[in-house]
Amino acid sequence: MAEQLYWEDVKEGGEVTTLTKIGTTQMLVRWAGASGDFNPQHYDAKFGEAAGTGGIIIHGALKRQWLIHLMTDWIGGEGTLKKFSCSYRGMDYPRYMKTMTEDLGGDTWLCKGTVTKRYVEDGDHCVDCEIWVENGQGQKTTPGSATVILPSKG
Amino acid sequence: MVTEDMKKLIGLSSEPSVSEVEKGAIQRFAIAVDDPNPLWTDEEYAKKSRYGGIIAPPGFFGWPAKAQWTFGMGGPMADVLAEFTKAGFPIVLDGGMAYEFFIPVRPGDTLVSTAKVTDIYERAGRAGTSLFGTIETTYVNQNGDIVAKGQATLIGRPLG
Repeated sequence: MAEQLYWEDVKEGGEVTTLTKIGTTQMLVRWAGASGDFNPQHYDAKFGEAAGTGGIIIHGALKRQWLIHLMTDWIGGEGTLKKFSCSYRGMDYPRYMKTMTEDLGGDTWLCKGTVTKRYVEDGDHCVDCEIWVENGQGQKTTPGSATVILPSKG
Repeated sequence: MVTEDMKKLIGLSSEPSVSEVEKGAIQRFAIAVDDPNPLWTDEEYAKKSRYGGIIAPPGFFGWPAKAQWTFGMGGPMADVLAEFTKAGFPIVLDGGMAYEFFIPVRPGDTLVSTAKVTDIYERAGRAGTSLFGTIETTYVNQNGDIVAKGQATLIGRPLG
C-alpha cells in the first residue's frame, strides 16, 4: 500500500495516481459471478454479435468498480469515498485468453483523475475529482466524478 | 415521447429485498476487480485499521446485487423497461451509476434495499431522441441506518 495521502498533499489541478487495468474474458466471468450480473452480453461472443455490439463487451458496472478502486487506492485507509458517479459512454472489448493465465493481448485501460476542487465543509477536508476510464485509443469510455474526505495534518 | 403511463411510474417503489453480506462474497468481489486492498480481505490488517475489521469495497452491497437493473428485473424496473418498449424505445442500456456512501458495509451486515423510480425524461442527442429513467436504490442495514444510496440511469433507444 502507498503512503497515506493527506489533504495538504493535494493541489487543485493535480493528478489522481493512475491505476492500470487489463480486462480479460476471464475477469468478466469472475465479475459476472461476483456481482450476479449474468447477461450473456458479457461472456458469449455469439450473443454479442447478434445483439449488435460486435462481441463480448465489458460490464459498465465493472468499469465503475475499477474507478472506485482508483479512488480507494489513492485516498488510502484513512480517506473516505463520499460520493461517486460515472457514465457508461462507450463499449470496451476485453482481451481473450491464450492460456489459463495469459491473454492474447489487446487493450490496456487506464483509470485516471484530476483534482477539481479542494475545500473544507462541515469540518471535513474534502476533495472533488474528475475521473475516467481511458481505453488503448485514449478514448474516455467511462467519465465520472468523485468526492472524498482526506485526513488533515491539522 | 414521455407518455402519461411513464409519468405514473415516477415515485413507485419496489418491494424491499434482503441480502446478507458474507466475507467470502466480499473476497470474490475484490478478486473479480483485481483489487488487492487488504482492507477488504485481511482480518489482521483490517483490525488495526480505523474500521477495526474488514469492510466491503464501496459499491458492494451483498450478493446477488438485486438492485442492479440487469439482474432480477422486477417491480418498477421491469415497468420502466416495458413502457420504454411500448413507446418504441426497446433498446435499453445501462447509462451509469451515482453513489452516496454514508456508512461502510461490513461482513455480517443484513442490508435491505428498496428501489424507486425517481425520474423519466427525454433528451435529444446526436443519435436522435432517447428516453432516460433514473432509479434510486436505498440500502439500510440491520440497525436501521442508511448505508448508501445508488442512482442508476437507464437509457431507452429506438431500433435501428
